Order: sequence, then C-alpha cells, then structure tokens
Amino acid sequence: MADGIVTLTTSTFDETVASSEVPILVDFWAEWCGPCKMIAPILSEIATEQPGIKIAKLNVDENPDIAMRFNVMSIPTLLVFNQGEVQKRLVGAKGKGQLLQELNEFLPTSR
Amino acid sequence: MSHHPVLIIGSGPAGLTAAIYSARANLAPLVIEGEPSSTSDQPGGQLMLTTEVENFPGFPEGIMGPDLMMRMREQAARFGAQFLTEKVTAVDFTERPFKAWVRDTLYTADAIIVSTGAQSLMLGLESESRLLGHGLSTCATCDGFFFRGQEIAVVGGGDSAVEEASFLTKFASKVILIVRRDELRASKIMQERAFNNPKIELRWNTVVDDLLGQDKLEGAVVRDVVTGEVTTLPVTGLFVAIGHRPNTDLFKGVLAMEDNGYLITQPGSSYTDVEGVFACGDVQDHTYRQAITAAGSGCTAAIDTERWLEAVGHSSHA
Repeated sequence: MADGIVTLTTSTFDETVASSEVPILVDFWAEWCGPCKMIAPILSEIATEQPGIKIAKLNVDENPDIAMRFNVMSIPTLLVFNQGEVQKRLVGAKGKGQLLQELNEFLPTSR
Repeated sequence: MSHHPVLIIGSGPAGLTAAIYSARANLAPLVIEGEPSSTSDQPGGQLMLTTEVENFPGFPEGIMGPDLMMRMREQAARFGAQFLTEKVTAVDFTERPFKAWVRDTLYTADAIIVSTGAQSLMLGLESESRLLGHGLSTCATCDGFFFRGQEIAVVGGGDSAVEEASFLTKFASKVILIVRRDELRASKIMQERAFNNPKIELRWNTVVDDLLGQDKLEGAVVRDVVTGEVTTLPVTGLFVAIGHRPNTDLFKGVLAMEDNGYLITQPGSSYTDVEGVFACGDVQDHTYRQAITAAGSGCTAAIDTERWLEAVGHSSHA
C-alpha cells in the first residue's frame, strides 16, 4: 500500500512479526467496527511520519485464529511487537496525540 | 490561529446536519469533530457504536450506524465543511469573536454550534477498568464477534440494551438481559423482540455488584433488588447500556445547564443563554434522544445561526 501499511494474514503473521527489524504495531480490526475506521487514517499518518515503527493490519474476521491466540476480545486492539514479543497492548480507539504518547517508547528520541 | 464564521463542536447527527446546512449557506463551517475513542464520545457520536439503525427515514432496509454517520460526514464535506479530528480542550464565550482551543491552538468564530452529544454511562465498578476490552465491552458491534457460542450478558432495559442483546444473539449461545426494574423501558417493538427471542433470558429487578476475573471476565455478581439474593452469572462477556450523560464538562460555568448537565436552550429554538452560541442534539435533549431528532435540531441550529449572523452582520470569510 502507498502508506506503507502491511496487511497481515494467518499465513504471513509469524514471519513478518518475527523478522521485523523495527517495532511493529499490529492493528486488529474488522469492517464492521466504527472505531476501527476512525483510527485507520491516524495509523496511515503515523506510518508515513514515523519510519521507526512499522504499521500492520490484521482483519480479525478473516484471521480469527491470530486474534484468539493473542486474546483479542475487543477491537480495535493495537499490539506492539518487538523482536517477536508483545511489548504493548492498547485496547480501544484513541486520538493521534494520545496514541503517539503511548508509542513514545518505540519511537526514536529525536527526528 | 484561524477564524471561521461558524464553528461546530461535535459531529453526531446534530453537528453534521448543522454542518450540511451551514456549508450550503456559505458559512464555511469548521467542525471540530472530536477524537477517536471506544466510548460514544467520538467523531460520529453514539451511532458509531451501534449496529443496525432501522428507524432513520429513507433507509427502508436499515443502515449500519457507522455507515450512516460516514455518509452524513461526506455530505457535509461535499458542501465545503472542514473537519478537524481533535477534541476542543477549552472555550471562552465571554466576548466575540468566540474562542475555542485545541490544546495550544486557538480557533475563533462569529458563531458557535455546540453538538457534543452524550456518552454511555458505565457501571462505576472498580473491576470495570481492569476488564474493559477483556470481556467487558462498550461496543456490541465491534466485539460481539468474539463471543461466538458463549454465554454473555447485557445490562440495561432501554432500546439500546434490547437492540444490543438482539444483535448479540447472532453470536452468543445465550444473552442474559439484566434489568434493574420489573419492566423494560424499551419501545414496544423492541420489547417484543426481546420476549420472542429464545436466546434472550430476562433477569428482572437485578443489578450488577461486581465483575469477576483478573485478565478475562469470568462472571458477573448480580443481586436481586427485591429478595436481596446474590448470585454469580458465569458470563464471559458483558455489555453495558444503562443510559447516558451529556458531554458538557467543557461548558461548565460557560453555558446555562440543568442540574443533570444538559444544556438549556430556549424552547422551540437552539439559542443558549449566550447570544451567538447555539446548541443542538443530545447535549440539550434528554427526552427524545434519537438520531432523527438530533438531526432535526442540528438543522434548527444552522438556520438560527445563519439568521443571527445576518442580523448582527458577521466578519465572514476567514
């Protein structure tokens, strides 16, 4: 995609997350979820503005096994992985400012 | 700093209808639409968290709440309304032009339309924050899917509660509707839907005292308010639909409001007690609270605003 957001599926999830050299944020979402749609443009902006973090999306409707594996019971849920491990779990939609604050530890200190 | 003839705060059916009308009146409205959140205080308002809307005229097959709101937003944008996906953090309506801040950024306007709506009440239990997103949900549309084949509960007795319960039976094996009184407040058609749905079990005169589970909801402790009997329902999901409170914290001491926080408007109009500041939608309506009444009052507010601006002569075009 133009904004650099990677679409993950059950078959690509493990490899993409494990092999990512930078922290990777996975947005667990679905078509029917209003708040998920609201944060989509914000994640696109962050993907463009913050090269230090990779943004990926996983459709829970199409890939329920991955959602279940990470105990996702509410969407949007954002999981940040670093070297294959979950480092942070954010449940629920948030504004851009709040989101960047939550992600601060994964972003390079100066840009 | 930027100046706008009309500034609309909030973007539910009221705010977006006001935006459509004032954009078409060449008033170049700026809509500060709010910030995404998973409560109903977010861009698009309460309908962003609802499922099928069956009573909005013009949609005989029904329409999903988020879709309806996206369409209203597109319609407003088509006529030139501008949007800012932020939350207003402070206002000063003591003199004109009126001021509104988003953190450090100042926006000024000749007229203000307040349409910040209302948000869902939570139960107020300590366990709520721990279990939110782990079985406790504020959005049936978003999260119903995760409770396929499970026993879950919905708290509340109004239309929203019954609508959520009905929707959730698509996924859950059983939905217990926990109702505080011995009757439903919901409309007749919704009541019948609840009574006729074999997957919905009604629990009358019942309140939730506590939620069990550390990382995941394991049950709800409920009390029969008549007999005092306490039982634990082994539910893995709980959805709360017990009512609303207006989003008026921003306007305390600024605009006249009732004891319950709802803004006071002059009967039959959208005028608040500050000349040039208009209010519409659920923020000033605790009686009807429908998407269509909110939209109607948004139209009223836009027309009141346009006429008032014409009468006082506004500085126009930023």
